[in-house]
Amino acid sequence: MVDLSVNFCGLEMDNPVVPASGTFGYGNEFKDFYDINILGSFSFKGTTRDARFGNPTPRIAECESGMINAVGLQNPGVDAVISEELPRLKTFFNKKVIANVSGFSVEDYAYTCEKLDKEEQVGILEVNVSCPNVHGGGMSFGTNPDCAAEVTRAVKAVTTKPVVIKLSPNVTDICEIALACEEAGADGICLINTLLGMKIDINRRKPVIANKMGGFSGNAVFPVAVRMVYQVSKACSIPVMGCGGVSRAEDVVEMMMAGATAVQVGAANLVNPYVCKEIVEKLPSVCENLGINKISEIIGVVD
Amino acid sequence: MYKQNLYKIISNDKLTDNVYKMVVEGDTQYITAPGQFVNILISGKYLRRPISVCDYDSKTITLIYKTVGEGTQILSKMMPGEILDMLTGLGNGYDISKSHSPLVIGGGVGVPPMYNLTKKLIENNQNPTVILGFNTKSEIFYEDEFRALGAKVIVTTVDGTYGVKGYVTDAFPEEYDYFYTCGPMPMFRAIEAKAKTSGAYSFEERMGCGFGACMGCSCKTKYGNKRICKDGPVLLREEIVW
Repeated sequence: MVDLSVNFCGLEMDNPVVPASGTFGYGNEFKDFYDINILGSFSFKGTTRDARFGNPTPRIAECESGMINAVGLQNPGVDAVISEELPRLKTFFNKKVIANVSGFSVEDYAYTCEKLDKEEQVGILEVNVSCPNVHGGGMSFGTNPDCAAEVTRAVKAVTTKPVVIKLSPNVTDICEIALACEEAGADGICLINTLLGMKIDINRRKPVIANKMGGFSGNAVFPVAVRMVYQVSKACSIPVMGCGGVSRAEDVVEMMMAGATAVQVGAANLVNPYVCKEIVEKLPSVCENLGINKISEIIGVVD
Repeated sequence: MYKQNLYKIISNDKLTDNVYKMVVEGDTQYITAPGQFVNILISGKYLRRPISVCDYDSKTITLIYKTVGEGTQILSKMMPGEILDMLTGLGNGYDISKSHSPLVIGGGVGVPPMYNLTKKLIENNQNPTVILGFNTKSEIFYEDEFRALGAKVIVTTVDGTYGVKGYVTDAFPEEYDYFYTCGPMPMFRAIEAKAKTSGAYSFEERMGCGFGACMGCSCKTKYGNKRICKDGPVLLREEIVW
Protein backbone atom coordinates (compact mmCIF):
# COMPACT_ATOMS: atom_id res chain seq x y z
CA MET A 1 0.00 0.00 0.00
CA VAL A 2 1.60 3.24 -1.20
CA ASP A 3 1.20 6.25 1.09
CA LEU A 4 0.14 9.12 -1.20
CA SER A 5 -0.45 11.67 1.55
CA VAL A 6 1.39 14.98 1.57
CA ASN A 7 1.36 18.02 3.79
CA PHE A 8 1.45 21.25 1.84
CA CYS A 9 1.83 24.38 3.98
CA GLY A 10 0.07 22.64 6.84
CA LEU A 11 -2.78 21.32 4.70
CA GLU A 12 -2.95 17.54 5.08
CA MET A 13 -3.91 16.06 1.73
CA ASP A 14 -4.77 12.43 0.95
CA ASN A 15 -2.78 12.74 -2.25
CA PRO A 16 -0.83 15.45 -4.08
CA VAL A 17 -3.31 15.85 -6.96
CA VAL A 18 -4.93 19.27 -7.20
CA PRO A 19 -6.89 20.61 -10.20
CA ALA A 20 -5.51 24.03 -11.08
CA SER A 21 -7.40 27.28 -10.92
CA GLY A 22 -9.37 28.21 -14.00
CA THR A 23 -9.77 24.65 -15.21
CA PHE A 24 -12.13 23.41 -12.52
CA GLY A 25 -14.58 26.28 -11.92
CA TYR A 26 -15.86 26.09 -8.36
CA GLY A 27 -16.06 22.30 -8.62
CA ASN A 28 -19.64 22.16 -9.80
CA GLU A 29 -19.01 21.12 -13.42
CA PHE A 30 -16.93 18.11 -12.33
CA LYS A 31 -19.13 16.61 -9.66
CA ASP A 32 -21.29 15.04 -12.37
CA PHE A 33 -18.24 13.26 -13.81
CA TYR A 34 -16.88 11.83 -10.53
CA ASP A 35 -16.79 12.25 -6.76
CA ILE A 36 -14.27 15.07 -6.42
CA ASN A 37 -13.57 14.15 -2.79
CA ILE A 38 -10.94 11.75 -4.12
CA LEU A 39 -8.75 14.77 -4.91
CA GLY A 40 -6.10 16.16 -2.59
CA SER A 41 -7.89 19.48 -2.94
CA PHE A 42 -8.61 21.84 -5.81
CA SER A 43 -7.88 25.46 -6.57
CA PHE A 44 -11.01 27.35 -7.46
CA LYS A 45 -11.51 29.87 -10.28
CA GLY A 46 -9.47 33.06 -9.90
CA THR A 47 -11.61 35.34 -7.79
CA THR A 48 -11.47 39.12 -7.67
CA ARG A 49 -12.98 41.85 -5.49
CA ASP A 50 -15.69 42.66 -8.04
CA ALA A 51 -17.49 40.48 -10.58
CA ARG A 52 -15.78 40.35 -13.97
CA PHE A 53 -16.96 39.31 -17.42
CA GLY A 54 -13.42 39.00 -18.70
CA ASN A 55 -12.15 39.47 -22.24
CA PRO A 56 -14.07 39.44 -25.52
CA THR A 57 -14.37 36.11 -27.37
CA PRO A 58 -12.75 34.18 -28.98
CA ARG A 59 -10.83 33.46 -25.80
CA ILE A 60 -9.52 30.02 -26.72
CA ALA A 61 -7.06 28.88 -29.36
CA GLU A 62 -5.83 25.36 -29.86
CA CYS A 63 -2.11 24.83 -30.44
CA GLU A 64 0.15 21.85 -30.93
CA SER A 65 0.03 19.89 -27.63
CA GLY A 66 -1.70 22.68 -25.80
CA MET A 67 -3.98 25.66 -25.87
CA ILE A 68 -4.00 29.41 -25.39
CA ASN A 69 -6.62 31.06 -23.25
CA ALA A 70 -7.43 34.70 -22.67
CA VAL A 71 -10.46 34.36 -20.43
CA GLY A 72 -9.45 37.39 -18.40
CA LEU A 73 -10.47 36.34 -14.92
CA GLN A 74 -14.20 35.99 -15.46
CA ASN A 75 -15.69 35.38 -12.00
CA PRO A 76 -18.72 36.42 -9.98
CA GLY A 77 -16.73 38.43 -7.44
CA VAL A 78 -15.71 37.48 -3.91
CA ASP A 79 -19.07 38.22 -2.28
CA ALA A 80 -20.96 35.91 -4.66
CA VAL A 81 -18.26 33.27 -4.24
CA ILE A 82 -18.78 33.37 -0.48
CA SER A 83 -22.58 33.56 -0.56
CA GLU A 84 -23.27 31.18 -3.47
CA GLU A 85 -20.31 29.11 -4.68
CA LEU A 86 -18.86 28.01 -1.34
CA PRO A 87 -22.22 26.93 0.17
CA ARG A 88 -22.94 24.95 -3.01
CA LEU A 89 -19.45 23.44 -2.96
CA LYS A 90 -20.04 22.30 0.62
CA THR A 91 -22.89 20.07 -0.53
CA PHE A 92 -20.52 17.86 -2.55
CA PHE A 93 -16.96 18.55 -1.36
CA ASN A 94 -15.96 17.91 2.23
CA LYS A 95 -12.28 18.87 2.00
CA LYS A 96 -10.54 22.20 2.24
CA VAL A 97 -10.40 24.13 -1.00
CA ILE A 98 -7.61 26.37 -2.28
CA ALA A 99 -8.88 29.91 -2.84
CA ASN A 100 -7.25 31.48 -5.88
CA VAL A 101 -7.31 35.27 -5.69
CA SER A 102 -6.40 37.93 -8.22
CA GLY A 103 -6.45 41.70 -8.14
CA PHE A 104 -5.59 44.99 -9.78
CA SER A 105 -4.03 46.72 -6.81
CA VAL A 106 -2.34 45.67 -3.59
CA GLU A 107 -5.52 46.75 -1.75
CA ASP A 108 -7.64 44.51 -4.00
CA TYR A 109 -5.61 41.45 -3.11
CA ALA A 110 -5.72 42.21 0.60
CA TYR A 111 -9.47 42.93 0.53
CA THR A 112 -10.39 39.71 -1.28
CA CYS A 113 -8.00 37.53 0.72
CA GLU A 114 -9.18 38.95 4.04
CA LYS A 115 -12.76 37.99 3.16
CA LEU A 116 -11.88 34.47 2.01
CA ASP A 117 -9.60 33.95 5.00
CA LYS A 118 -12.71 33.90 7.21
CA GLU A 119 -14.26 30.98 5.29
CA GLU A 120 -13.73 27.67 7.05
CA GLN A 121 -13.82 25.71 3.76
CA VAL A 122 -10.76 27.60 2.55
CA GLY A 123 -7.54 25.80 3.43
CA ILE A 124 -5.02 27.90 1.55
CA LEU A 125 -5.03 31.30 -0.10
CA GLU A 126 -3.37 31.10 -3.50
CA VAL A 127 -2.49 34.60 -4.60
CA ASN A 128 -2.27 34.86 -8.37
CA VAL A 129 0.28 37.50 -9.32
CA SER A 130 0.66 35.92 -12.71
CA CYS A 131 -2.44 36.27 -14.86
CA PRO A 132 -1.18 37.15 -18.35
CA ASN A 133 -4.61 38.16 -19.62
CA VAL A 134 -5.42 41.25 -17.66
CA HIS A 135 -3.89 44.59 -18.47
CA GLY A 136 -2.60 46.68 -15.61
CA GLY A 137 -2.91 43.86 -13.12
CA GLY A 138 -2.21 40.24 -12.51
CA MET A 139 1.07 39.44 -14.12
CA SER A 140 2.54 42.92 -13.61
CA PHE A 141 2.69 42.13 -9.89
CA GLY A 142 4.44 38.85 -10.52
CA THR A 143 7.13 40.06 -12.88
CA ASN A 144 8.71 42.47 -10.41
CA PRO A 145 10.15 41.14 -7.12
CA ASP A 146 9.29 44.28 -5.16
CA CYS A 147 5.66 44.23 -6.32
CA ALA A 148 5.31 40.51 -5.62
CA ALA A 149 6.73 41.07 -2.15
CA GLU A 150 4.42 44.00 -1.52
CA VAL A 151 1.34 41.93 -2.42
CA THR A 152 2.59 39.09 -0.22
CA ARG A 153 3.12 41.37 2.79
CA ALA A 154 -0.27 43.02 2.34
CA VAL A 155 -2.09 39.68 2.19
CA LYS A 156 -0.13 38.19 5.09
CA ALA A 157 -0.97 41.21 7.23
CA VAL A 158 -4.73 40.59 7.03
CA THR A 159 -4.95 36.78 6.94
CA THR A 160 -4.27 33.79 9.15
CA LYS A 161 -4.33 30.96 6.61
CA PRO A 162 -1.30 29.79 4.64
CA VAL A 163 -0.57 32.15 1.76
CA VAL A 164 0.84 30.68 -1.44
CA ILE A 165 1.94 32.98 -4.24
CA LYS A 166 1.27 31.73 -7.76
CA LEU A 167 4.05 32.90 -10.04
CA SER A 168 4.33 33.69 -13.72
CA PRO A 169 6.97 31.94 -15.82
CA ASN A 170 7.20 35.06 -18.01
CA VAL A 171 10.20 36.45 -16.14
CA THR A 172 13.96 36.53 -16.51
CA ASP A 173 14.81 35.14 -13.08
CA ILE A 174 12.07 33.08 -11.44
CA CYS A 175 14.15 32.50 -8.29
CA GLU A 176 14.52 36.21 -7.60
CA ILE A 177 10.72 36.62 -7.53
CA ALA A 178 10.18 33.48 -5.47
CA LEU A 179 12.79 34.53 -2.92
CA ALA A 180 11.22 37.99 -2.66
CA CYS A 181 7.87 36.34 -1.83
CA GLU A 182 9.50 34.04 0.71
CA GLU A 183 11.24 36.95 2.42
CA ALA A 184 7.93 38.83 2.49
CA GLY A 185 6.34 35.99 4.43
CA ALA A 186 4.81 33.68 1.83
CA ASP A 187 4.12 30.18 3.14
CA GLY A 188 4.52 28.54 -0.24
CA ILE A 189 4.99 29.08 -3.96
CA CYS A 190 2.85 27.75 -6.79
CA LEU A 191 4.24 27.70 -10.30
CA ILE A 192 3.95 27.95 -13.20
CA ASN A 193 1.02 29.94 -14.49
CA THR A 194 0.63 30.01 -18.29
CA LEU A 195 3.30 31.13 -20.71
CA LEU A 196 2.39 34.19 -22.73
CA GLY A 197 1.68 32.95 -26.22
CA MET A 198 0.03 33.77 -29.51
CA LYS A 199 -1.76 31.87 -32.28
CA ILE A 200 -2.38 33.32 -35.72
CA ASP A 201 -5.06 32.14 -38.14
CA ILE A 202 -3.03 32.06 -41.36
CA ASN A 203 -6.17 32.12 -43.51
CA ARG A 204 -7.52 35.28 -41.93
CA ARG A 205 -4.07 36.76 -41.18
CA LYS A 206 -5.31 37.61 -37.71
CA PRO A 207 -4.76 36.33 -34.18
CA VAL A 208 -7.27 33.62 -33.24
CA ILE A 209 -7.82 35.21 -29.84
CA ALA A 210 -9.65 38.54 -29.63
CA ASN A 211 -7.13 39.74 -27.04
CA LYS A 212 -4.37 38.78 -29.53
CA MET A 213 -2.18 37.10 -26.89
CA GLY A 214 -3.01 34.69 -24.12
CA GLY A 215 -1.69 32.12 -21.70
CA PHE A 216 -0.29 28.94 -23.26
CA SER A 217 -0.79 25.73 -21.29
CA GLY A 218 -1.05 22.01 -21.88
CA ASN A 219 1.38 19.13 -22.28
CA ALA A 220 3.88 21.24 -24.22
CA VAL A 221 4.75 23.43 -21.20
CA PHE A 222 5.56 20.52 -18.85
CA PRO A 223 9.37 20.59 -19.23
CA VAL A 224 9.41 24.35 -18.61
CA ALA A 225 7.33 23.85 -15.47
CA VAL A 226 9.56 21.06 -14.21
CA ARG A 227 12.62 23.22 -14.72
CA MET A 228 11.13 26.15 -12.81
CA VAL A 229 9.82 23.97 -9.99
CA TYR A 230 13.32 22.54 -9.70
CA GLN A 231 15.00 25.95 -9.63
CA VAL A 232 12.60 27.49 -7.14
CA SER A 233 12.49 24.53 -4.79
CA LYS A 234 16.27 24.54 -4.65
CA ALA A 235 16.43 28.31 -4.10
CA CYS A 236 13.64 28.61 -1.52
CA SER A 237 12.98 26.88 1.78
CA ILE A 238 9.17 27.15 1.56
CA PRO A 239 7.22 24.36 -0.19
CA VAL A 240 6.36 24.46 -3.87
CA MET A 241 3.13 23.44 -5.59
CA GLY A 242 4.05 22.37 -9.11
CA CYS A 243 1.82 23.24 -12.04
CA GLY A 244 2.09 23.20 -15.81
CA GLY A 245 1.39 20.57 -18.45
CA VAL A 246 0.69 17.71 -16.06
CA SER A 247 -1.53 15.06 -17.61
CA ARG A 248 -0.39 11.67 -16.22
CA ALA A 249 0.53 10.05 -12.92
CA GLU A 250 4.12 9.84 -14.17
CA ASP A 251 4.15 13.63 -14.58
CA VAL A 252 3.10 14.02 -10.94
CA VAL A 253 6.01 11.84 -9.84
CA GLU A 254 8.41 13.74 -12.09
CA MET A 255 7.32 17.11 -10.79
CA MET A 256 7.60 15.93 -7.20
CA MET A 257 11.09 14.63 -7.86
CA ALA A 258 11.88 18.11 -9.21
CA GLY A 259 10.82 19.56 -5.87
CA ALA A 260 7.04 19.90 -5.77
CA THR A 261 5.19 18.93 -2.58
CA ALA A 262 1.86 18.84 -4.41
CA VAL A 263 1.00 18.99 -8.08
CA GLN A 264 -1.68 20.85 -9.94
CA VAL A 265 -3.35 19.61 -13.11
CA GLY A 266 -4.70 22.32 -15.40
CA ALA A 267 -5.60 22.26 -19.07
CA ALA A 268 -5.79 18.45 -19.11
CA ASN A 269 -9.07 18.71 -17.13
CA LEU A 270 -10.66 20.49 -20.07
CA VAL A 271 -9.73 17.75 -22.53
CA ASN A 272 -10.32 14.75 -20.30
CA PRO A 273 -12.63 15.67 -17.43
CA TYR A 274 -11.64 12.43 -15.65
CA VAL A 275 -7.90 13.09 -15.81
CA CYS A 276 -7.43 13.85 -12.11
CA LYS A 277 -9.45 10.82 -11.09
CA GLU A 278 -7.35 8.67 -13.42
CA ILE A 279 -4.13 10.12 -12.02
CA VAL A 280 -5.22 9.51 -8.41
CA GLU A 281 -6.15 5.94 -9.29
CA LYS A 282 -2.96 5.27 -11.20
CA LEU A 283 -0.48 6.87 -8.80
CA PRO A 284 -0.21 3.84 -6.47
CA SER A 285 0.81 1.43 -9.22
CA VAL A 286 3.17 3.96 -10.81
CA CYS A 287 4.81 4.49 -7.40
CA GLU A 288 4.98 0.76 -6.73
CA ASN A 289 6.74 0.14 -10.02
CA LEU A 290 9.26 2.83 -9.10
CA GLY A 291 9.82 1.37 -5.61
CA ILE A 292 8.16 4.33 -3.90
CA ASN A 293 6.30 3.41 -0.69
CA LYS A 294 5.67 6.91 0.54
CA ILE A 295 5.24 9.57 -2.13
CA SER A 296 6.38 12.42 0.12
CA GLU A 297 9.83 10.84 0.21
CA ILE A 298 10.47 11.68 -3.45
CA ILE A 299 9.93 15.43 -3.03
CA GLY A 300 13.02 17.13 -4.42
CA VAL A 301 15.12 13.95 -4.64
CA VAL A 302 16.76 15.22 -7.80
CA ASP A 303 20.01 16.99 -7.02
CA MET B 1 -26.19 15.72 -17.26
CA TYR B 2 -23.23 14.88 -19.45
CA LYS B 3 -20.90 11.90 -19.70
CA GLN B 4 -17.82 10.69 -21.52
CA ASN B 5 -18.04 7.43 -23.43
CA LEU B 6 -16.61 5.48 -26.33
CA TYR B 7 -18.55 5.19 -29.58
CA LYS B 8 -18.09 2.94 -32.59
CA ILE B 9 -18.27 4.55 -36.01
CA ILE B 10 -20.96 2.83 -38.10
CA SER B 11 -20.66 5.03 -41.18
CA ASN B 12 -18.88 8.20 -42.28
CA ASP B 13 -20.12 9.41 -45.65
CA LYS B 14 -19.61 12.50 -47.76
CA LEU B 15 -22.80 14.50 -48.35
CA THR B 16 -21.34 17.43 -50.29
CA ASP B 17 -17.85 18.73 -51.11
CA ASN B 18 -17.02 19.42 -47.49
CA VAL B 19 -19.93 18.13 -45.43
CA TYR B 20 -19.91 14.64 -43.94
CA LYS B 21 -22.45 12.50 -42.13
CA MET B 22 -21.21 10.18 -39.41
CA VAL B 23 -23.29 7.66 -37.50
CA VAL B 24 -21.85 6.30 -34.25
CA GLU B 25 -23.12 3.61 -31.92
CA GLY B 26 -23.03 3.76 -28.13
CA ASP B 27 -24.68 5.17 -25.03
CA THR B 28 -27.14 7.93 -25.96
CA GLN B 29 -28.99 8.25 -22.66
CA TYR B 30 -27.47 11.62 -21.77
CA ILE B 31 -28.81 13.33 -24.86
CA THR B 32 -32.11 14.79 -23.73
CA ALA B 33 -33.04 17.59 -26.14
CA PRO B 34 -32.62 18.58 -29.79
CA GLY B 35 -29.88 21.17 -30.22
CA GLN B 36 -27.44 19.60 -27.79
CA PHE B 37 -23.91 18.76 -28.92
CA VAL B 38 -21.11 16.25 -28.43
CA ASN B 39 -17.43 17.01 -27.91
CA ILE B 40 -15.12 14.66 -29.80
CA LEU B 41 -11.54 13.78 -28.92
CA ILE B 42 -9.50 13.68 -32.13
CA SER B 43 -6.22 11.84 -32.30
CA GLY B 44 -3.32 14.28 -32.57
CA LYS B 45 -5.40 17.32 -31.61
CA TYR B 46 -5.32 18.85 -28.13
CA LEU B 47 -8.86 20.13 -27.69
CA ARG B 48 -12.04 18.24 -28.44
CA ARG B 49 -14.26 19.27 -31.37
CA PRO B 50 -17.83 20.30 -30.54
CA ILE B 51 -20.33 19.01 -33.11
CA SER B 52 -24.11 19.40 -32.90
CA VAL B 53 -26.29 16.30 -32.75
CA CYS B 54 -28.26 15.91 -35.98
CA ASP B 55 -30.28 12.95 -34.75
CA TYR B 56 -30.19 10.21 -32.12
CA ASP B 57 -32.09 7.15 -31.03
CA SER B 58 -31.59 4.59 -28.26
CA LYS B 59 -28.36 3.25 -29.80
CA THR B 60 -26.97 5.69 -32.37
CA ILE B 61 -26.03 9.31 -32.82
CA THR B 62 -25.95 11.01 -36.23
CA LEU B 63 -23.49 13.87 -36.66
CA ILE B 64 -23.23 16.07 -39.73
CA TYR B 65 -20.12 18.20 -39.84
CA LYS B 66 -18.22 20.45 -42.20
CA THR B 67 -14.48 20.04 -42.68
CA VAL B 68 -13.33 23.47 -41.60
CA GLY B 69 -9.88 22.65 -40.26
CA GLU B 70 -7.37 19.93 -39.51
CA GLY B 71 -9.48 18.34 -36.76
CA THR B 72 -12.58 17.84 -38.87
CA GLN B 73 -10.34 16.70 -41.77
CA ILE B 74 -9.01 13.92 -39.55
CA LEU B 75 -12.57 13.09 -38.49
CA SER B 76 -13.67 12.86 -42.14
CA LYS B 77 -11.01 10.23 -42.84
CA MET B 78 -12.05 7.91 -40.02
CA MET B 79 -13.45 4.54 -41.00
CA PRO B 80 -16.40 2.44 -39.83
CA GLY B 81 -15.35 0.30 -36.88
CA GLU B 82 -13.01 2.92 -35.43
CA ILE B 83 -13.70 4.20 -31.92
CA LEU B 84 -14.40 7.79 -30.90
CA ASP B 85 -14.12 9.23 -27.39
CA MET B 86 -16.97 11.69 -26.95
CA LEU B 87 -18.64 13.73 -24.26
CA THR B 88 -22.40 13.66 -24.82
CA GLY B 89 -25.38 15.46 -23.37
CA LEU B 90 -23.68 18.85 -23.63
CA GLY B 91 -25.62 22.10 -23.80
CA ASN B 92 -29.20 23.00 -23.07
CA GLY B 93 -30.85 22.29 -26.43
CA TYR B 94 -34.18 23.60 -27.69
CA ASP B 95 -37.28 23.77 -25.52
CA ILE B 96 -40.05 22.58 -27.86
CA SER B 97 -42.94 23.34 -25.54
CA LYS B 98 -43.35 26.91 -26.72
CA SER B 99 -45.06 26.67 -30.07
CA HIS B 100 -47.91 25.25 -32.16
CA SER B 101 -46.83 26.17 -35.68
CA PRO B 102 -43.16 27.10 -35.45
CA LEU B 103 -40.69 28.16 -38.06
CA VAL B 104 -37.50 26.07 -38.15
CA ILE B 105 -34.62 27.83 -39.90
CA GLY B 106 -31.28 26.21 -40.62
CA GLY B 107 -28.48 27.89 -42.50
CA GLY B 108 -25.63 25.89 -44.05
CA VAL B 109 -23.83 23.87 -41.41
CA GLY B 110 -26.54 25.07 -38.98
CA VAL B 111 -29.00 22.73 -40.71
CA PRO B 112 -28.10 19.44 -38.92
CA PRO B 113 -29.45 20.15 -35.40
CA MET B 114 -32.75 21.26 -36.96
CA TYR B 115 -33.37 17.69 -38.13
CA ASN B 116 -33.96 16.12 -34.72
CA LEU B 117 -35.73 19.29 -33.64
CA THR B 118 -38.15 18.99 -36.57
CA LYS B 119 -38.65 15.31 -35.80
CA LYS B 120 -39.47 16.10 -32.15
CA LEU B 121 -41.82 18.93 -33.12
CA ILE B 122 -43.74 16.63 -35.48
CA GLU B 123 -43.88 13.86 -32.86
CA ASN B 124 -45.29 16.47 -30.51
CA ASN B 125 -48.06 17.32 -33.03
CA GLN B 126 -46.64 20.73 -33.74
CA ASN B 127 -46.69 21.83 -37.33
CA PRO B 128 -43.28 23.16 -38.30
CA THR B 129 -42.39 24.97 -41.49
CA VAL B 130 -38.73 24.28 -42.26
CA ILE B 131 -36.56 26.73 -44.19
CA LEU B 132 -33.12 25.44 -45.18
CA GLY B 133 -30.77 28.06 -46.51
CA PHE B 134 -27.68 27.36 -48.62
CA ASN B 135 -25.38 29.41 -50.83
CA THR B 136 -25.81 27.25 -53.91
CA LYS B 137 -27.33 23.99 -55.14
CA SER B 138 -24.17 21.91 -54.71
CA GLU B 139 -24.09 22.68 -51.00
CA ILE B 140 -27.57 21.37 -50.28
CA PHE B 141 -27.90 18.33 -48.03
CA TYR B 142 -30.68 16.60 -46.10
CA GLU B 143 -33.60 18.18 -47.96
CA ASP B 144 -35.16 14.77 -48.67
CA GLU B 145 -34.64 13.64 -45.10
CA PHE B 146 -36.51 16.67 -43.77
CA ARG B 147 -39.32 16.06 -46.25
CA ALA B 148 -39.50 12.41 -45.17
CA LEU B 149 -40.29 13.58 -41.65
CA GLY B 150 -43.49 15.08 -43.04
CA ALA B 151 -42.49 18.70 -42.59
CA LYS B 152 -43.24 21.50 -45.01
CA VAL B 153 -39.77 22.28 -46.38
CA ILE B 154 -38.59 25.37 -48.27
CA VAL B 155 -35.03 25.49 -49.60
CA THR B 156 -33.38 28.79 -50.41
CA THR B 157 -30.14 29.40 -52.30
CA VAL B 158 -28.40 32.73 -52.41
CA ASP B 159 -27.56 32.36 -56.10
CA GLY B 160 -30.96 30.96 -57.07
CA THR B 161 -29.59 27.69 -58.45
CA TYR B 162 -32.25 25.78 -56.47
CA GLY B 163 -35.49 26.59 -54.66
CA VAL B 164 -36.26 30.12 -53.59
CA LYS B 165 -33.61 32.61 -54.70
CA GLY B 166 -32.27 34.63 -51.82
CA TYR B 167 -31.92 34.29 -48.08
CA VAL B 168 -33.96 32.33 -45.55
CA THR B 169 -35.74 35.54 -44.65
CA ASP B 170 -37.03 35.78 -48.24
CA ALA B 171 -39.02 32.59 -47.64
CA PHE B 172 -40.68 33.48 -44.35
CA PRO B 173 -44.35 32.43 -44.29
CA GLU B 174 -47.12 34.75 -43.10
CA GLU B 175 -48.15 32.61 -40.16
CA TYR B 176 -45.93 31.18 -37.43
CA ASP B 177 -45.97 31.52 -33.67
CA TYR B 178 -42.31 30.87 -32.76
CA PHE B 179 -38.97 30.26 -34.47
CA TYR B 180 -35.97 28.04 -33.89
CA THR B 181 -32.73 28.68 -35.72
CA CYS B 182 -29.12 27.67 -36.13
CA GLY B 183 -26.69 29.09 -38.64
CA PRO B 184 -24.22 31.87 -39.36
CA MET B 185 -24.28 35.28 -37.68
CA PRO B 186 -25.35 37.29 -40.78
CA MET B 187 -28.39 35.01 -41.09
CA PHE B 188 -29.18 35.58 -37.41
CA ARG B 189 -29.09 39.33 -37.91
CA ALA B 190 -31.43 39.08 -40.88
CA ILE B 191 -33.84 36.89 -38.89
CA GLU B 192 -33.65 39.25 -35.94
CA ALA B 193 -34.67 42.13 -38.22
CA LYS B 194 -37.54 40.23 -39.81
CA ALA B 195 -39.04 37.91 -37.18
CA LYS B 196 -42.28 38.95 -35.49
CA THR B 197 -42.41 36.37 -32.71
CA SER B 198 -40.33 34.98 -29.86
CA GLY B 199 -37.70 32.48 -30.84
CA ALA B 200 -34.54 30.58 -30.00
CA TYR B 201 -31.10 30.95 -31.55
CA SER B 202 -28.31 28.37 -31.27
CA PHE B 203 -24.88 29.99 -31.06
CA GLU B 204 -21.40 28.87 -31.93
CA GLU B 205 -18.19 29.89 -30.14
CA ARG B 206 -14.65 28.61 -29.75
CA MET B 207 -14.76 26.35 -26.72
CA GLY B 208 -12.19 24.97 -24.34
CA CYS B 209 -13.95 22.23 -22.41
CA GLY B 210 -17.55 22.19 -23.67
CA PHE B 211 -19.00 21.54 -20.22
CA GLY B 212 -18.86 24.88 -18.46
CA ALA B 213 -15.55 24.76 -16.61
CA CYS B 214 -13.15 27.02 -18.49
CA MET B 215 -15.25 30.13 -19.22
CA GLY B 216 -13.80 30.18 -22.74
CA CYS B 217 -17.13 30.72 -24.53
CA SER B 218 -18.91 33.23 -22.32
CA CYS B 219 -21.28 35.85 -23.60
CA LYS B 220 -23.30 38.64 -22.06
CA THR B 221 -27.07 38.34 -22.01
CA LYS B 222 -29.81 40.55 -20.61
CA TYR B 223 -29.97 38.15 -17.66
CA GLY B 224 -26.25 38.02 -16.92
CA ASN B 225 -23.24 36.17 -18.26
CA LYS B 226 -23.83 32.81 -19.88
CA ARG B 227 -21.58 30.07 -21.15
CA ILE B 228 -22.45 29.07 -24.72
CA CYS B 229 -21.45 25.46 -23.96
CA LYS B 230 -23.35 24.97 -20.71
CA ASP B 231 -26.08 27.64 -20.44
CA GLY B 232 -26.45 27.62 -24.26
CA PRO B 233 -25.86 26.98 -27.08
CA VAL B 234 -29.54 27.88 -27.38
CA LEU B 235 -30.39 31.38 -26.18
CA LEU B 236 -33.85 32.90 -26.26
CA ARG B 237 -34.51 35.94 -28.41
CA GLU B 238 -35.51 38.08 -25.43
CA GLU B 239 -32.23 37.52 -23.58
CA ILE B 240 -29.74 38.03 -26.41
CA VAL B 241 -27.56 41.12 -26.51
CA TRP B 242 -26.77 41.70 -30.20
